[in-house]
Order: sequence, then structure tokens, then C-alpha cells
Amino acid sequence: MRHRAGLAALLGPPMLWLVVVYLGALAVIFATAFWTTDPFTNLVLRTFTLENFRELLTPTYLGIIGRTLLIAVLVTVLCMVIAIPFAFFMARVAPRRYRGLLLAAVLVPLWASYLVKAYAWRTMLQPEGVIDSTFGATPGFGLTAVVLTLTYLWLPYMVLPVYAAFERLPESHLEASADLGGRPWTTFRRVVLPSLLPAVAAGSVFTFSLSLGDYIAVQIIGGKLQVLGTAVLQNITLDLPFAAALGTASVVIMVLYLLAVRRTGALENL
Amino acid sequence: MRTSKKSLRGTVGTVAAVAVLALAGCGSSTPTTPGGSAAPGGMQVPDLKALDKLGTPEGQVNVLAWPGYVEDGSNDPKVDWVSDFEKSSGCTVNVKTFGTSDEAVQLMRTGQYDTVSASGDATLRLIAAGDVEPVNTSLIPNYADIFDALKMKPWNSVNGVAYGIPHGRGANLLMYRTDLVKPAPDSWAAVFDQVGAQKGKVTAYDSPIYIADAALYLMTAKPELGIKDPYALDEKQLAAAVDLLKAQKANISEYWSDYLKEVQAFKNGSTTIGTTWQVIANVAQGEKAPVEAVLPKEGATGWSDTWMVGAKSKNKTCAYKFIDHIVSPKVNAQIAEYFGEAPANKKACAETADPNHCKVFHAEDEAYFSKVRYWNTPITACLDGRTDVKCTDYATWTKAWTEIRNS
Repeated sequence: MRHRAGLAALLGPPMLWLVVVYLGALAVIFATAFWTTDPFTNLVLRTFTLENFRELLTPTYLGIIGRTLLIAVLVTVLCMVIAIPFAFFMARVAPRRYRGLLLAAVLVPLWASYLVKAYAWRTMLQPEGVIDSTFGATPGFGLTAVVLTLTYLWLPYMVLPVYAAFERLPESHLEASADLGGRPWTTFRRVVLPSLLPAVAAGSVFTFSLSLGDYIAVQIIGGKLQVLGTAVLQNITLDLPFAAALGTASVVIMVLYLLAVRRTGALENL
Repeated sequence: MRTSKKSLRGTVGTVAAVAVLALAGCGSSTPTTPGGSAAPGGMQVPDLKALDKLGTPEGQVNVLAWPGYVEDGSNDPKVDWVSDFEKSSGCTVNVKTFGTSDEAVQLMRTGQYDTVSASGDATLRLIAAGDVEPVNTSLIPNYADIFDALKMKPWNSVNGVAYGIPHGRGANLLMYRTDLVKPAPDSWAAVFDQVGAQKGKVTAYDSPIYIADAALYLMTAKPELGIKDPYALDEKQLAAAVDLLKAQKANISEYWSDYLKEVQAFKNGSTTIGTTWQVIANVAQGEKAPVEAVLPKEGATGWSDTWMVGAKSKNKTCAYKFIDHIVSPKVNAQIAEYFGEAPANKKACAETADPNHCKVFHAEDEAYFSKVRYWNTPITACLDGRTDVKCTDYATWTKAWTEIRNS
């Protein structure tokens, strides 16, 4: 009996936190999404309506959701394309004594403030900035800038799990593949990639979800770009229930994404 | 939102922000009409009483202000009209700035602020929602010296009850880079249909109220629409303004609501022309950006601001003392010069560093201000007096603005 009481005391506070603060907040968002506001004072009126969700399905907001998804997908794909060769180099090619150094190089940007990095990109992308003076042109502020910046910001979250997966990959598997006549590309495709997939999926949970919800970088380097996060921000002051409906949309997308990722077995890898 | 930005990040951040505000929203959603009285436009006003006498200062006052209104020396050590007040009154001043009236309304609704400098498009919303209470003007000695033309106006009083103390007024100007925009513009056409070489370098204010700027331009550009008041638009007139703004979007580099971001955009040249406040032009010029701000020939939208007292305030004595200080001749003169607006206090005109300030900013020139259209809240009853049509309200404007931003 004492054993159980101890366990309850140990798990109680974190469970309470999780249920009340975390899930409770989500529940409140969802409930708020069914309310409406007074058109003049913008006060929240607690009358039930589905209007907010109907509004969400108009071309304007489907456009925003689609654009946000596109950014999240592009950032995730770019992170994969950069992270896989880089992690391979770190774990398999570079001499062991440099590994710690390379790992530190990946992690160091995480120590700098998010805002500093976003503003650094703003300075680089502006007319006559570093990119303009080096390449003779700059993409300016907008979708390209946002994808570039977010890829830079979230890259470490993709590199780390992929690096760990490369580290774990037993040398004997590669040797066995070579012994059985597998060429390097075949070995990569049939042996390395399948064992990498869960790690990539795990990394993509970070890159995808962080890109989906980001609104600060978008405000700084997005120009006139409007995404889910900025739309929530804009509506928070004017139409809270609608902002909540928009928030629900991103939660639903994330839940669907996590369910899909779970099928790859990646969540055991986090 | 501004101070919390640093810690909020990604999905979790957005979700948490929504959650916190959702909770805040629940707490403050009082019914709109707790036995109040009706005002023009069908507005219901909650029954609240003004303070009848000052008590002992509570030790602090939380101020919600437009950037540039309450400088405590943290931006520029030479610009400080708070420290002396703190010493003499015993009220520590905590300032939070906001970028749009909508933000001000939302922040005021949290009940954490004692006083707010509200523009005409926020005042009535705050009054109707019971977020601010009437003000006892006899407790503000400097109220006597406020220009009569600013007292008891539709945006700062309801049914003959004063809800605030006038602060000052001015116009939203057209700012441009003198080295890049030639010839110098004198019309809002430069940001609407005659953008020319500045394509992709235009900026606009990121708030539904900016629709009024387009409507104001249409008053002269398309007189056949019959717009008499940029805040009283019927559906056809709103549609014309929305079309103009959608066409403008192709020329926009960024929308702004954070004034420091606008300063930076003009400095680095990613933006070369667009709407601004005088204070932004002053800050940009102070940082050596070659910019100039002008009042275009069509006139402009503008503001007439009011200091209001929060209904839930726990520091009302300090709030009254603070308001009295801020509209006192010397301080009101400093703010007017720093922000670039006409002061509200008559005696401030004798205190300005530039003896011509009041003349330049037309402090006593009612004919001039008849051309400046103060920010106002659009409602379904047309503000220009038309009764044969229904006008579009601010909720409609908000939807239209989102549509423009996403077109």
C-alpha cells in the first residue's frame, strides 16, 4: 500500500500539470472556438456557433493553411537533404576525434537567441545586404526568406537524431551488404535508409511542427507573407474565438502528422 | 505580445499564447449591457462612477501608451518626462507600448493597466465594454487649460459624461526616402495607383483602420463614389477601398505595426515610401536616414488621443496624478514636440523649444483639422449621417483586411 501512495505522490504533480495546464488549455481553445464576439466591442460572447469553423473553410483561410503547410514541408525536406549527408559525414567519415567538435558546431547556434538569428537573416537578406552584395541578388523578404531562415533555425533538430541513427548502425550490416555484392548505392538504399527512416521521421516532427507554428520569424523576414501563426496573432486582438479556431486547425494538422509518423515507429526513437 | 515574444516559440508557443489569451478572454467576457444607458449609434454604456476624490498614491501606475508618449529615458536619456514625476508623486511608472488600437483594446481588457492613451477608434469600444470608467475632470487641475475644441467630443464623452482627458492630435503622414523617391511626392497616389519605380518598396499600416486611408484617397480620386467620411463606408464604397488595397498589395514590401521595424526598413531601403507618424520620421532622421514626412494634398487620417482610466484599476490616485502630469503645459509641450503632434494644453504652446511648434502643427487651427480625419470606429449607423443605407462596421473591416492581406 505504501508503495502505491509513494507512486501516486511521485506521479501526481506532473500528471496534474499535464492534464490541467496542458490538455486543459487545449480544451479551452477548442471550446472558445465555438463562441463569437460582439462586433463593436470585440468582447467574447458565449453563444454557440459553428461560424468560425465555416469561415476556416473559405478560400482565404484554406489558402493560409495551405501556405503554412507548404512552408513546413519545404523546411522539413530541406532539413533532410542537408542533414543526412552531414550526419553521415559526422558519424562515418570524419575522424573520431573531430566528432565532438562537429557535434558542437551543430549545437552552438542553438545557444544564440532565436530573435538574434532571425534578425541576422533580415540584415543578410535586405537590399545591399551580404547576400545581395555577394550574389548580386537577394530573394528579399517573403516565402523564400522564411523557408531559408526556418531551415537554418531548425536544422540541428534534424541533424541530431539522424547522427544518432548513423552512429547506431552496426558496421557489420554494411559489411554484410558488401559481402553479398551490394554496391554502395544499393547498400545505402536497402540497408542504411530503412534504418534511418525512423530517425528522419523523428527529426521531421520537430522541423515540421516548429515551422507550422512559427510566426515571429515570419513577422521579421516574411514581408507581407501571412501564415497560420500570424493569422492567429492578428485575430487574437480582434476576434479571439476565431483565433482559437485557427489554433485548432494547427493542432489537428499536428495530430494527423504525429499519427502518420507513429506508423513509421519513429516515436520510439525520440 | 511584444515582451513575451522572446520565450514563445513554434507551435507550442502559438498554442500557449492562444490558450493564455483564451483564458484571459473568458475572465473578462462580461455582458455588454449591465443595465447601462444608450448612447448615439445604439451603443449601450455600463453604469460606472468616476472617482470622487483622490486618495493617497498607491506607489505605482501601469501605463499603456503609444510609442513616444511616455518616455522615461530608456530610449534616449535626454528624453525623459517620467523620472521627475516619479520622485515628486511617489508613483513608479511602468510603461507598456502598443502598435495598434486593437492591441491597446486587447491589453486594456486584461485589467492590468491603470491608464491608456486611446485613439478614437479604441475609446468607444473600451467605454462600451466597461473597460474604462468616467473621469472626474475636476480632479485634473490642468484640464482647465485644454483646448475647448478637444473637450467633450464624441470619442471622449458619452451622454455628456467625460471619459478621458485629451492628450494631443496629429495626422498620419507620407514618409519617403529623399534620395530614392524623385520627384518628392505630394499625393497619396504615390502609394496607391502611381507607385512607379517604388514598386515593391511601399509600406502600409497593418491594421483594418488603414482601409480609411484608402477611402480618404478615393474621396478625391473617385468622387463619383460619394465618400463623405472615410469611416462611414457603405458596401459599395468599402468594396472600392478593398480593391484599391488589393491592387496596392502587389507594390508592398512589408506591412508595419511595430514602429522600430519601420524605422529599420526605411534605413536599409527595403521600404522607400509609405504611411508613418511624425515620431517615426524623427527617429529615422535621428539615425541619419534620408527621409522626409509630408502631409499630402488630399489630407490624411489622424488621431485625437485621450487618456482614460481603467475601470479595474487599483492605482487610480496615481493614474489621475499621472494624467494631470502628462497634460501639464511643460510635459505636454515636450511630448508634442517629440511625437510631432499638436498639444492639447493651450499653455503648452508657450513651453515648446521651437516657438513655432503650435503653429507648424496647427494646434489652434480648426480649419486645418477639419481636413484630418481622426481615427474612429466604423459602425452600422453611418457616421456621416446617411440614413438610407447601412454602413459597414469594424468587424466587416476586420474581415476585409484579412482578405486583403491574403489576396
